[in-house]
Amino acid sequence: MSHTVIDRKPSTGEAPPARSLAHRRMPRWAPAGIALASVALASAIGMAAGWESRVQWGMIAAVFFVTGTYVITTAVEGSRQAKDRIATSVVWVCFVLAIVPLASLAWTTVERGSRILDGYFLSHSMAGLNQNTPGGGIYHAIIGTLEQVAIATLIAVPIGLLTAIYLVEYGRGSLAKAVTFFVDVMTGIPSIVAGLFILSTWVLTFDMGPSGFAGALALTILMMPVVVRSTEEMLKLVPNELREASLALGVPKWRTILKVVLPTAIGGITTGVMLAVARIAGETAPVLLLVLGSSFINNDPFDGTQASLPLYVYQEYMLGTPHSYDRAWGAALVLIIFVMVLNLVARGIARWKAPKTGR
Amino acid sequence: MTTAPTASAPPPAPLTPEPAAKGKATRPGDKIFIGLSRGSGIFLLVVMAAIAAFLTYRAYIAISENEANFLTAFEWNPQGDPPQFGIAILVYGTIVSSIIAMIIAVPISVGIALFVSHYASRRLAGPLGYLIDLLAAVPSIVYGLWGALVLVPYLDGMNLWLDQYFGWTYIFEKSGSGPARNLFTVGILLAVMILPVITNVTREVFLQVPKMHEEAALALGATRWEVIRMSVLPFGRSGIISASMLGLGRALGETMAVATVLSPSFLFSGHLLDPGGGTFAQNIAAKFNEANEFGRDALIASGLVLFVMTLLVNGAARLIIARRKEYSGANA
Repeated sequence: MSHTVIDRKPSTGEAPPARSLAHRRMPRWAPAGIALASVALASAIGMAAGWESRVQWGMIAAVFFVTGTYVITTAVEGSRQAKDRIATSVVWVCFVLAIVPLASLAWTTVERGSRILDGYFLSHSMAGLNQNTPGGGIYHAIIGTLEQVAIATLIAVPIGLLTAIYLVEYGRGSLAKAVTFFVDVMTGIPSIVAGLFILSTWVLTFDMGPSGFAGALALTILMMPVVVRSTEEMLKLVPNELREASLALGVPKWRTILKVVLPTAIGGITTGVMLAVARIAGETAPVLLLVLGSSFINNDPFDGTQASLPLYVYQEYMLGTPHSYDRAWGAALVLIIFVMVLNLVARGIARWKAPKTGR
Repeated sequence: MTTAPTASAPPPAPLTPEPAAKGKATRPGDKIFIGLSRGSGIFLLVVMAAIAAFLTYRAYIAISENEANFLTAFEWNPQGDPPQFGIAILVYGTIVSSIIAMIIAVPISVGIALFVSHYASRRLAGPLGYLIDLLAAVPSIVYGLWGALVLVPYLDGMNLWLDQYFGWTYIFEKSGSGPARNLFTVGILLAVMILPVITNVTREVFLQVPKMHEEAALALGATRWEVIRMSVLPFGRSGIISASMLGLGRALGETMAVATVLSPSFLFSGHLLDPGGGTFAQNIAAKFNEANEFGRDALIASGLVLFVMTLLVNGAARLIIARRKEYSGANA
């Protein structure tokens, strides 16, 4: 049989039969052409009807594009190809739809925030200013955020690391299963519930006043499960051969973990911790309940109310004057830059120190 | 080669561990280390239990004094005499805004995930995935600020348009011409916020579709859409569901974005475009400053309901994920 196929090949290589086997295809420029035509049509209709909103123009253009593509492709290539093209354009539309608000968010924050962001803004507090005064800054809020996040990190990272080690290196049986499940569930706790928990214990039951430390405790609850999950993933990537080699040399298991497993995974663990820090640095709700905010510089996280960057954004927004809006945008920009830098550095480390899983 | 081990490796070690063959740690270092690590695991469980216990305890204090029905009352007046408060309006607002968010976000997220995993060229896909990761990291207060100062004025016009053409549907009927500080806007903003979350998990799942499935479909002459419909979506269905539920959990508990955008009230209105309503988290943030100790207990009671709701949603999502161990959704 195979002989006959090979024998026939040269004869089918001739032009006319080959073309009859293939579908008719649209030229490569067809989608662009349809897009141009639909945009032109939509603009014409929009101008004729006198609509102000460019979004309406865009929507009509999109409708024209989709129907036009479908009709033309069905005529030329058949309905299966037409559906494929529709799916492609829908997927593209989804992508564009998502990009628009996110681009607007990034652009507005940068544009509004950069108007006020300068050395003065970074190095002054809000002492003695009210919502109608220009000036002021976020120095006290930066101090507060850094201290609260640092305390939360100091508590959450050791516990998170040890829990992850337990799950990967020791954990068998129902306890490990329960821990895994509840760590997963804990990642979904709303930040305001974490704040309420610390409120109900630290403040209402133990009768402690609001302080940066109370806020840090709530942030710890939010941070621990994230650290556990990311560390767990990284420890699982460490090849078993490394552990076995170390144990075979007679090294105790705890030293194997400390000297072999952790150093191998340290890049990924650092990444996870930094991402967790970035996440809690932007949390507002627990800080709102437990730290309460302040206009003054308070360097002591254990005593008295403190400011924090996200809370500062919220409070300046709530004041509702042009000056306070400016300050809110400025602080939002600083917060975004902080979070983005942490993210970028974290991912850089991840790429640079990725554990070599292959051979 | 033979000289090296004598210097560095500890030779007496192999001699000692004979009596402890059954996997039990006998070295003191191991014992301490196991104790520490198991202890932190147990500590996490204790924290979870403590959250439930303390919230329930404070909520019990509040509810036992409550003169109104906690579940059905449409008012929030815990500091009145007698104290009366109920969560009906909060349940309504939380669920409605989350549903709007899900209706908008889930299809778009699946679309983006498909775009990144199957449509974008490989050179584009890497940076795009990266970009989505970054967007998931934007703090919610920034979304809130943007929503209140950019999105709300922008949606004013859209609200009027919806009222004009779809007012007959009742839900889009708008009384008055107030700004768009309503549940509909909140839903849209929540959708924008949970998009990256759902997209991240869904994309991860789509990337794990066995290449053989796709290639088999392609070999049968399927178009790209048919490949997606026949091999990618069926494989990723449970992933999409659990990703959506993770997003739902996020939307239910979102505080700051709702608190900045919504102008709350405790009057029930079925019109989505009318200002008013509220969500659990928003109500806690808004009422906290004026609350005395009993008022705080009442807020904690509402927080307990929110806690249970998110617990159920997240637990269900995790159970669905757990059935497929290959993808964990760990970074969601």
